[in-house]
Amino acid sequence: MAALTFEQIHQKIAAKFGDAIGAAQPPKKDAFCTFAVAKLVEVGRAMKADPDLAFDHLQDVTATDHPKEGLIRVVYHFYSYTHRHGFCAKVELPRAQPEVDTLEGVWKSANWFEREVFDLFGVTFKGHPDLRRIMLPDDWVGFPLRKDYREAGGYQGISNIRDNPLDLYLSLDKACRPEPVAPAEPATPAAPVAPAAPQKGEA
Amino acid sequence: MQETLDRLIREVLHEDPQVWAGSWVVYAAALLAVGFGLTVFGALVAGLTSWWERRIAARMQSRIGPNRVGPQGTLQFLADALKLIVKEDLVPPESDQMLFRIAPYFVMTGFALTFVVLPFGYHLSATRMNVGLFYLIAVTALVVVGIMLSGWASNSKWALFGGMRAAAQVVSYEIPGGMLALVPILMAGSLDLHEIIRAQGGFPWDWFVFQTPWGFIAFFLFFATQLAEGNRTPFDLPEAESELVAGYMTEYSGIRFGYYFLAEWGNLWVMSAVISTLFLGGWQVPFVSAETLAGWEAAGTVPVAFYGVSTAVFVTKVVVLMNVIIWVRWTLPRIRVDQMMSVCWKYLVPIGMGLVLLAALTEVLSFQLFGDAAKGPAPLGTPRGALHLAFFAVAGAVPTVLFFRKIFRNIRLTGDRIDLTNW
Amino acid sequence: MALDQIFITRKFGPNAEQEMILNMGPQHPSTHGVLNFIVHADGEVMEKAVPEVGYLHRSLEKIGEMVSYAGFMPYSDRVDYLAAMFANEGWALAVEKLLGLEVPPRGQYLRAISCELNRIASHLIALGSTAMDIGAVTPFPYALRERESINDLIEALCGARLTYNYHRIGGVAYDVPPDWTPLCRAWLDHFEKVLDEFDRLISTNEIFLKRLAGLAVIPAAMAIDYGLSGPNLRASGVDFDLRKAHPYGAYPDFQFKAPIGRAYAGLSRGGKVGDCYDRYYCRVLECRESATIVRQALDKLPDGDFINPKAPKKAKPPAGETQSRVESVRGEMAYYVVSDGSERAYRLRVRTGSFTAMGIIEEVSKGLMIADLVALIASLDVVAPEIDR
Repeated sequence: MAALTFEQIHQKIAAKFGDAIGAAQPPKKDAFCTFAVAKLVEVGRAMKADPDLAFDHLQDVTATDHPKEGLIRVVYHFYSYTHRHGFCAKVELPRAQPEVDTLEGVWKSANWFEREVFDLFGVTFKGHPDLRRIMLPDDWVGFPLRKDYREAGGYQGISNIRDNPLDLYLSLDKACRPEPVAPAEPATPAAPVAPAAPQKGEA
Repeated sequence: MQETLDRLIREVLHEDPQVWAGSWVVYAAALLAVGFGLTVFGALVAGLTSWWERRIAARMQSRIGPNRVGPQGTLQFLADALKLIVKEDLVPPESDQMLFRIAPYFVMTGFALTFVVLPFGYHLSATRMNVGLFYLIAVTALVVVGIMLSGWASNSKWALFGGMRAAAQVVSYEIPGGMLALVPILMAGSLDLHEIIRAQGGFPWDWFVFQTPWGFIAFFLFFATQLAEGNRTPFDLPEAESELVAGYMTEYSGIRFGYYFLAEWGNLWVMSAVISTLFLGGWQVPFVSAETLAGWEAAGTVPVAFYGVSTAVFVTKVVVLMNVIIWVRWTLPRIRVDQMMSVCWKYLVPIGMGLVLLAALTEVLSFQLFGDAAKGPAPLGTPRGALHLAFFAVAGAVPTVLFFRKIFRNIRLTGDRIDLTNW
Repeated sequence: MALDQIFITRKFGPNAEQEMILNMGPQHPSTHGVLNFIVHADGEVMEKAVPEVGYLHRSLEKIGEMVSYAGFMPYSDRVDYLAAMFANEGWALAVEKLLGLEVPPRGQYLRAISCELNRIASHLIALGSTAMDIGAVTPFPYALRERESINDLIEALCGARLTYNYHRIGGVAYDVPPDWTPLCRAWLDHFEKVLDEFDRLISTNEIFLKRLAGLAVIPAAMAIDYGLSGPNLRASGVDFDLRKAHPYGAYPDFQFKAPIGRAYAGLSRGGKVGDCYDRYYCRVLECRESATIVRQALDKLPDGDFINPKAPKKAKPPAGETQSRVESVRGEMAYYVVSDGSERAYRLRVRTGSFTAMGIIEEVSKGLMIADLVALIASLDVVAPEIDR
């Protein structure tokens, strides 16, 4: 009843399913491997049933969006309370029509995790009993965690855009403003400022 | 009351109201005045109780509580009432308008009518009814009609739940409540509240609670049924705020909402008065025996001070009981609906029946043993008096001592100290 | 068809006898935060309660892709505002793993101290609000009073009382103030007595026990299947604590127990392993364990840096991905971070304990009463922001 390392687990399931299991990725920090989309549920079932693996806990389901590769990768984290080892696997789905079988039949915790991935990434989980949006309203348009998501500007007439406080600052009379530390660039007042740009010295 | 009024008029005005042409006007005016006075008394009691309860609760929860309006916050209830009166009286458009509006008045009426028979002291009550207790039980049932009406008329699911719970609870608990009230009734041989008090004495061992084991058990169970009928914790299911938002008064606002609270806090007084009447000797003053009182009455020389002292004794008992009820409320969690029902029907009703039987048997036995001396309070020298004293020592004094020992132990363990200064 | 049903159908039409749908929340006194339950009720008995979440969704994961690694630290406070230290720690651990950065021992100890104090504070809220949802109001101010003391201690440590923002990538933000340790010790002495008092006040109250014993039992297999974690999982009898199973930070140095459910309510009252009372009482016991951890950490607090001097001002980890797991108050909090080599995370994902705990309610609530639903929510100790993020 010893905890297995990632390589041991990978070898074990690769021996059983062959091509369905992708090669272990060169580990950049945490290692993972890719499962064939069609075999996901089957592999999952085997991982749960195998007494040496005994992955009784689906710890997390999430996704990453890769517009350049045209892929959405659904990431599964498995864990075994029996052996205290974990495993990370991904399935690669086409961005245009991401569809994968649900793992709800194997682990109940997949139910809500998959709903969340569906809600925020638009991945359809075939066979899911209750595939509804979970975080966002049912009539929301778009999938916010995709990289190319742009806000629609509002929801049912409620604006979700607010004036940039920087614009207000710039519109003030020069005499009213405190001296900036560094000479500010002559930006046009209406220029949108990326929300992420750290505004140094703008306390 | 008419006789009292007549006597008053004869003594003060030296005239006979029986010969007046429009004497009914005088009577009606007097009735109105007394009714108004009682209602105002009820409202004042409810208001002051609300302040007192909040201060006690705050004290128990290491808070301060309302202390801004008036000395120590005593006028807080006036400010609250003013706020409630000024506030808009919202009636939800989808509710049953008329029922929604009149429901609080049912509650208020049921509450105010109880004061008709409630004793306040020796000879002090609006009226003496020979079926006083029966009347009291009947009138309190009116409150539940109002609560059910409000639950139904609000057209809100929470209110409906609250109303149904209240109906189920109050109606259920009237049965064991009535049975347990039979125990002191059997012991006193009367339904008249003043007669019940007169059958007891001034000292604790003369009270019905310490006269027989059945009275002792019945006291605690009756206390529980009164809590249930007054919707107090642990039986505050109808307004269970963590489950039903506010229960039957979810949709109410303004003074209509205030009426419910007025009735609820006023009910504290009613409950305590009934309990103290039935079990705790009511207005009986220690060292004034039944013979002394009878002698005074025969000679027509009841001292005026006795009225005052008996009232003070009664009010003290009521206030102590009210504090116990408040203390229970802020200590105990709430029971669940099915538990509430099973407590009533599986435990209280059978036990109540058994107690009634045992009390009846005891009375019969007591008459066989002591003859006429079995009635009323017994002097300590007599065998019955000695029995009562012994039972009081076992059931009353010993548990009290143990209780206080445990309290002080708990305080010591927590490293706390008793501090009554930081109000 | 029973006679009364025929009567009802004749009188009120075929759809007369249907379940009542009750909207519990989002404004309801005992939905902790902003939750909504669609309760399908037949009188007082529920057929099921379907949780609707998302009222507090603040797209923290999207924000995480927009701000720098260090810049996400204050946002992580908002993942779970009752246990912000753990969200801080999880994020710091994830980035440190990506960077390959060591945390000096003093920093790790301060993390453990702050986290365990925070655990006590959060559990106190959970315990108090459980009692309040059952109808006992007084334990809640008692619990809050103690929590205020913790808040004072933490405020002295980091200047904040709710959203701490104390941990940093590579350590913690500030060292302990000069005479903080004796204050903390004095409070711990006081706190253990208060917990005894709390037990006497409410945990051993017969009505409280009867309300929670044997209620909403979650067996171990079901708890694992639904992904419950933390105290909720341990209450079901699964002996699993990340601090012991996969020790991180300073936890290998401490002696402590992870209390598991043992039908604390008593078999005679119908108590079962994994009932509401076990979940409640495991938290009481965890408070005691946390107090011992803080004591040990204060005793052994090493000297040295509290933050790695090599910690970069602007973290720019190499491309890669990792997951950090922290034993938070409400179960396992896991940060899954994907880095593409830039100074912002490519993807940030927080897996929280409340989310999975919420997922189990629909299944467990079948056949309970409405009053029990309130007890169930309170015993699972779900907090809305942690569900929605």
